[in-house]
Amino acid sequence: MLKLSSNKAGRTATGLEPDRSPSGWTILWREMVRDKIALCSLILIAAVAAFVYITSLLLDQEQIVRVDLFALNKPPSSEYWLGTDQGGRDIFGQLIIGTRNSLTIGIVVTLLTGLIGVLVGLVSGYFGGIVDNLFMRIVDFFMILPFLMIVIAFITAVPRYGILSFTLIMTAFLWMGIARLIRSKALQERELDYVKASRTAGSSHLSIMFTQVLPNLSSIIIVTMTLNLAANIGLESGLSFLGFGFPESTPSLGTLVSYAKNPQTLESRWWIWLPASMLILVLMLSINNVGQALKRAADARQRRG
Amino acid sequence: MRLMGRTVARRITIMIPQLIVLSVLVFLLAKQMPGDALTGLLDPSVDPAAIEAQRVKLGLNQPWHVQYWDWVTKALQGDLGQSFRFKMPVSDLIGERIANTFWLSLATLVITYLIAIPLGIISGRYNDSPADRLITGYTYVGFAAPLFIFALLMLWLFGFRLGWFPTGGSVAPGSVPGTFAYAASKLYHLLLPAVSMALITTVTTVQLLRSEIIDIKQKEFILTARAKGASESRVYNRHILRNSLLPIAAFFGYEITGLIGGTVFIESIFSYPGMGELFLSSIALRDFSVVISLVLLYGIASIVGALISDLILSMVDPRIRIK
Repeated sequence: MLKLSSNKAGRTATGLEPDRSPSGWTILWREMVRDKIALCSLILIAAVAAFVYITSLLLDQEQIVRVDLFALNKPPSSEYWLGTDQGGRDIFGQLIIGTRNSLTIGIVVTLLTGLIGVLVGLVSGYFGGIVDNLFMRIVDFFMILPFLMIVIAFITAVPRYGILSFTLIMTAFLWMGIARLIRSKALQERELDYVKASRTAGSSHLSIMFTQVLPNLSSIIIVTMTLNLAANIGLESGLSFLGFGFPESTPSLGTLVSYAKNPQTLESRWWIWLPASMLILVLMLSINNVGQALKRAADARQRRG
Repeated sequence: MRLMGRTVARRITIMIPQLIVLSVLVFLLAKQMPGDALTGLLDPSVDPAAIEAQRVKLGLNQPWHVQYWDWVTKALQGDLGQSFRFKMPVSDLIGERIANTFWLSLATLVITYLIAIPLGIISGRYNDSPADRLITGYTYVGFAAPLFIFALLMLWLFGFRLGWFPTGGSVAPGSVPGTFAYAASKLYHLLLPAVSMALITTVTTVQLLRSEIIDIKQKEFILTARAKGASESRVYNRHILRNSLLPIAAFFGYEITGLIGGTVFIESIFSYPGMGELFLSSIALRDFSVVISLVLLYGIASIVGALISDLILSMVDPRIRIK
């Protein structure tokens, strides 16, 4: 509250450069630094990401996924830091590659769904009327689909199934949530005076939408996409766990967890599935922490500082 | 009540085209899947001409719209086709499994609310107390944790390590249906999967109830109630709780929708013979008639779930009644 009034005072002060109200990014960052748990989570995510992306460059994926019959189900040792799986493959190496793959697919799907969702939501909310009606009926239809079953059915049906098709299928069924959210925000935004003023001043719809309305929604978009990233990593690993995610030659964190579907592995070979499970848990928790902190930052009423 | 009738009628007219599109989509998908049930079933020594003859007999070489129409007209009469794997009508097969999934979902729902209501009330009534912090921490972790990992850990810990619960199946082998031991065994097999799922699904309800109670606590009618001299317990039980439970009730339908995806994971992890487990194994073995029927059934369940929520919402909140 204090800050707000000092800003106002700065603005009305004559002859001086007015205090600019802090930009969306600055506010988000400030809140982030204040929230110690979120900051630690952010550092943890960055560290894990940096570690897996750098080390996986040094690792030979071919060698890691190659079956070695002389080293089946080995418990952790100095040679295999986290032991080996039922194919004699090094778990630690698979963990690094798996984390990299899971993170990458999570980020790509989040960006793609974000792009589609924001576009659809913005156009739909800004124009309203028939356009809105049409888009929202499509969204409604997608929303009622039993997501998991349809995605699994698509994954089975696609010929020459690979990572690209997996990404596209995930994207095709995950853009609706953000589209709905952005639409409702854009609907509110278009009633505001600045939009009418711009319109009167002769700005085109396109320029109002993208250079004026969109920046005002940026903090919501960032928050939603951060939370979506966590959800998408969870979905990918869940699908891989069920056997409908990445092919086995491209391990993901979920693939490692899926070895636990074998009761013997689950019961007595914890090193195969437990590290990957914990890593998924920690990653999702950390990303969620960051997302929640951003959410508080984006909502002035909940801001801590 | 007349308004309600119109809401239902309107929702159902929207539902029908959604279902038709869904059925066409699913049917085409199933047709698109590589191989059909005959590819894997017959051994290679069988004459290819005989396989072809079988295909013709089953109508598998007709254009898709003919096959679709054929399937729809039969499905409307309750004939969902034959399962190639189990050699029995799909409707009988689903009938066998649906009861298991129903009990699992019901148990999960009951446990979800048994956890959510007390925790939400404690957390909302004594907000910012140590108990509230603990509960909020739990909902935080539960919100982020993926169901399948949590369930796997539960199975590992309570099923294998401690051996307190069975690690698979829906009933002990050799139990006689109808006896008390049979029912007890069913419940025993149900408990760990249901608790695992409920502990995760409950967190959104806890969060919702907490924020509702905190919200309503500050409303003026609560002040009025206190001013009239109502006791603290009366204020909470009669005034606050009653109002904050309404939105929870409204989310009941969406809770059903959420269970659908959850049971697939849970049944797969706990080898619990329900519809989710049937879906996964059928899709792996290309048993299309089963796959199509299950996806449609799940589609209907999620539409009905959304319908229930909308209806409860419109009963509770007159502003969103459809004019």
